[in-house]
Amino acid sequence: MAKELWKGNEAIAEAAIRAGCDCFFGYPITPQSEVPEYMSVHLPEHGGVFVQAESEVAAINMVYGAAGAGMRAMTSSSSPGISLKQEGITYIAGAELPAVIVNCMRGGPGLGTIQPGQGDYFQATRGGGNGDYRTVVLSPSNVQETVDFMQEAFDIADQYRNPVMVVCDGLIGQMMEPIEWREIPKRNLPPKDWAANGRKGRDHHNVINSLYMDPEVCDAHNRHLDEKYAEIAKNEVRWEEVQCEDAEIVITAYGTPARIALTALDALRADGIKAGLFRPITLWPFPEKALHELAAKEHVKAFLDVEMSSSGQMIDDVRLAVEGQKPISYLGHAGGVMPTVEEMIESAKKALKEVQ
Amino acid sequence: MKKEIIISGFGGQGGLAIGKNLAEAGMAEGLNVTWAPSYGPEMRGGTANCSVVLSDKPVGSPVFAHPTELIALNEPSLAKFEAGVLPGGIVFVNSDVVTDKVQRPDLTAYYVPCSQIAEEVGNSKVSNMVMLGAYVAATGILKPETIEKMIEEMFAGPKAKFIPLNIEAFRRGMACVQ
Repeated sequence: MAKELWKGNEAIAEAAIRAGCDCFFGYPITPQSEVPEYMSVHLPEHGGVFVQAESEVAAINMVYGAAGAGMRAMTSSSSPGISLKQEGITYIAGAELPAVIVNCMRGGPGLGTIQPGQGDYFQATRGGGNGDYRTVVLSPSNVQETVDFMQEAFDIADQYRNPVMVVCDGLIGQMMEPIEWREIPKRNLPPKDWAANGRKGRDHHNVINSLYMDPEVCDAHNRHLDEKYAEIAKNEVRWEEVQCEDAEIVITAYGTPARIALTALDALRADGIKAGLFRPITLWPFPEKALHELAAKEHVKAFLDVEMSSSGQMIDDVRLAVEGQKPISYLGHAGGVMPTVEEMIESAKKALKEVQ
Repeated sequence: MKKEIIISGFGGQGGLAIGKNLAEAGMAEGLNVTWAPSYGPEMRGGTANCSVVLSDKPVGSPVFAHPTELIALNEPSLAKFEAGVLPGGIVFVNSDVVTDKVQRPDLTAYYVPCSQIAEEVGNSKVSNMVMLGAYVAATGILKPETIEKMIEEMFAGPKAKFIPLNIEAFRRGMACVQ
């Protein structure tokens, strides 16, 4: 298939339409505004519904409603806007509805900056809303992967009746890269017989709800959710290892820093330094077991975690997985500054020197 | 082979479009390409730039500190990026807008009167095609035919009348560095 040059944000929108997105509800915010812009023009052409909501809070609650009626619904925003959506996301998780939320991350905290950031890792993986819930978090590191993950995001959401987040950052959203519109294997999805879309001859009303007044019932509901999350953790964890077979220094990074690391690896290898990259693709579930096993390998001497975050957030998960087997150092910037290839090379060399 | 190019100028000068054309043409020739824009408030009247990578290997970082070539469409761009250009690199200067000269002796400089040539071929809007021609001729990285085919596809249908103008501008740009 011929390659086409696509801008990340527009590709996200087109991929969502191709994945059968029925409804998009959003509100503009840099650096993701091309997603709603593209949707506003093209989703109605495919019979879908586009609404520019009056606020992010309204948009996520429209997603909640549409998902409850059995629609493939999505929203997208960037960091401060995603913060506003957290209440809706916990309701969607509590009511067990499928929905897709795209976060094109920028620097924070607060309004921060419109330049790329990764300071929303905790929010995405720990849940920014209240209660015990999980969202599946897919983290692409190039435009092709972003496109491929949109179909996956809708399918995973439908399969487990759970919100799925696709987190990229301002650079992936804004950059252009050649992509192919690949056929993603479709999952065998259960019927949406729970949807509140009219009684349709059933002997009962379907009810969409996240309120359980009886504590015993709410406890049982939470246990049920827990079992579902365990199932997701078992089935959906993804990661990539690049040149880790003999690596002495392993960079852990996701999204944009992971692709910057690919260039650093080439330079380090050319310098005779055995460097590798461990890239979590699902941030939740985190590829804990794979990273633990890698850390146990004798050839691995040290880890260097790189993030667009001031002192690191994913590094907590890296530490939990590595479990003290090897030292972990950190390189990062927040506020929209991206780590450079040169910094990664220097930090990797330093981390390795410290253990020798 | 890997080219890392920064194209920088005032918003509206066509710098981002030159970058996109390079990426499109590179893709058409089977190269791996990325195009990453600066984005933000500086685009409103200030200087906007983009980073383009053309490579025969998969592209890791789409952003870089040391471009192999710099295309400077205005003075602030030359002032900002000249120091970072890779030793032995090439700087293309829009000499109708920029009066400063490239200071570093290790760099090859091409002064391209983009606006003047564009006026001569009949439309000031094609000055970016002049610069594209200069880049293609000086680096030899892309085939001129690829660019000309791209121009034909870009101005399909009712815009077809703009094809000869753009191709002429592109060829004049090539000629001024040969």
